[in-house]
Amino acid sequence: MIHQMHEFGITENIVNIALAKANEAQASKVIQINLVIGEMSGFIPDCIQFYFDSMSKDTITQGAILHFELVPTQLRCRHCSTIFQPQDTLWSCPKCQSQSIELSKGRELHIESMEVE
Amino acid sequence: MKIIEVIQNILEANETIAKRNQQLLDKHKVFALNIMSAPGAGKTSLILQTLTRLKGKLNVAVIEGDVASTVDAEKVQSEATAVVQINTRNMPESCSLMAAMIESALKDMPLDNMDLLLIENVGNLICPSEFTLGEHKRVVISSLPEGDDKPIKYPLIFIDADAVVINKMDLLPHVDFDIAAFRRSIEGLNPKAEIFELSCKTDEGTERWHSWILAQVESNVIKQ
Repeated sequence: MIHQMHEFGITENIVNIALAKANEAQASKVIQINLVIGEMSGFIPDCIQFYFDSMSKDTITQGAILHFELVPTQLRCRHCSTIFQPQDTLWSCPKCQSQSIELSKGRELHIESMEVE
Repeated sequence: MKIIEVIQNILEANETIAKRNQQLLDKHKVFALNIMSAPGAGKTSLILQTLTRLKGKLNVAVIEGDVASTVDAEKVQSEATAVVQINTRNMPESCSLMAAMIESALKDMPLDNMDLLLIENVGNLICPSEFTLGEHKRVVISSLPEGDDKPIKYPLIFIDADAVVINKMDLLPHVDFDIAAFRRSIEGLNPKAEIFELSCKTDEGTERWHSWILAQVESNVIKQ
């Protein structure tokens, strides 16, 4: 049985979106794909790169550079609205010590832009 | 060379199919739960327990993304209205269910004869949190032997949960699991989540869980 990580489907989507957008722009080659990935999202850039190398073969995305912009986790205290970055795995507000915390950034997963020719 | 703006969510393809799944379920008045946990926390046990106890009250169907053994599959089969098992030889093994797998499973299910669909996700606390399937509510099970720190280590899956089940409560005298600390972590991350303390083995605490499911199914039917 083939074991497949969830980056497989994600990379398939990246290639499909890139091909569609390149086609719209009448491009003949995709040079670079700029991706934004939140630190908390369960997606691993090396794993996406691994699948991309095989999935992009024989398409105009072959050889394109995947550029990953990692978005650090940003938290917000529900009590005093302080915005902060977690210092350890236990999420607590540095100002009021509340543990009622919202994740405000760090789950992103999108294609920001592409360089084509 | 030129730069094109894209700004497109990579998960959109999955989310589009998930929405379609939910529309199909709504059309047939089927309420769906996505049940997630680490391996061994008791997804199959909770499903079996729920099937047995709701028999005669609801027609319950099951999608199995993760079957611990054929014995379990057979037990589920005898109690459920319909069972579809994903992860057959035709489909590559995956670390999470995805909306497209549910879409094809639904094609084989008697939707008009179903009130409740229990979807057993793959045993994993990371990957399933990223993929919505079309479910109405998300359930995460934590069991006492796993330790009370799971919400701290894997916050995302608990942030998105509508219900958190603490299973294997019968083991409380034998393990170092701080129920109050676990509850504090959940309430901090996700104040709206319902928390259930129960044991699938002894039935202790399961009544509140069944009442919650019945109330959910009922309010979903009224909504349609």
